[in-house]
Amino acid sequence: MSVQSRIEEKLMAGLTPAHLEVLNESYKHSVPPGSESHFKLVIVAGAFEGKRLVGRHQAVNALLADELAGPVHALSMETLTAEEWQKRGGRVMQTPDCLGGGKTDA
Amino acid sequence: MNDATVHERIRHDIDENEVVLYMKGTPVFPQCGFSATVVGVLSHLGIKFKGIDVLQDPGLRQGVKEYSSWPTVPQLYVKGEFVGGCDIVREMFETGELQQMFQEKAVATADA
Repeated sequence: MSVQSRIEEKLMAGLTPAHLEVLNESYKHSVPPGSESHFKLVIVAGAFEGKRLVGRHQAVNALLADELAGPVHALSMETLTAEEWQKRGGRVMQTPDCLGGGKTDA
Repeated sequence: MNDATVHERIRHDIDENEVVLYMKGTPVFPQCGFSATVVGVLSHLGIKFKGIDVLQDPGLRQGVKEYSSWPTVPQLYVKGEFVGGCDIVREMFETGELQQMFQEKAVATADA
């Protein structure tokens, strides 16, 4: 199974999100074509209700601990409640490109 | 250096400096887009901070991930407290929450 599908599966099971995007952004970095090292997540879930950003990110990081300890080098995420997502009108922020250092390991 | 020593060193750094950014590269030459984004936000706000390059020290690079149970770099600490990584800093900046936090914690800005 691809890293991407594994991430999707774990997040679906752990957070039952109303909206989930798992974007492989590895192509934006100097890694071989087809790499699964840099991901961006957009997660809209009720589980984030009443939690601060750090807590939300920590919940996601915990679910993906194996991936982060292994193939996944960078994980950017937007963690929103349904209300916040609606207020934003479904807008997704740009993740920064890599600048070229320390890309070879996690 | 063993884990306890690294953690002690992190504790020392974030206690001794009001604002600490563990990052890849230096504030002048960030080696990663995520680190560069946080440097940009802090500089824009005129916040004085100590940038610590984890690429210079594999033990520190691992230790800082364990210290706050946060698996990625950059990591921002203000007055000894973990604030977050790039996404959180940027989002807090956009909502004004970051500026408010610096004000509440009475963190000195460059022009103060």
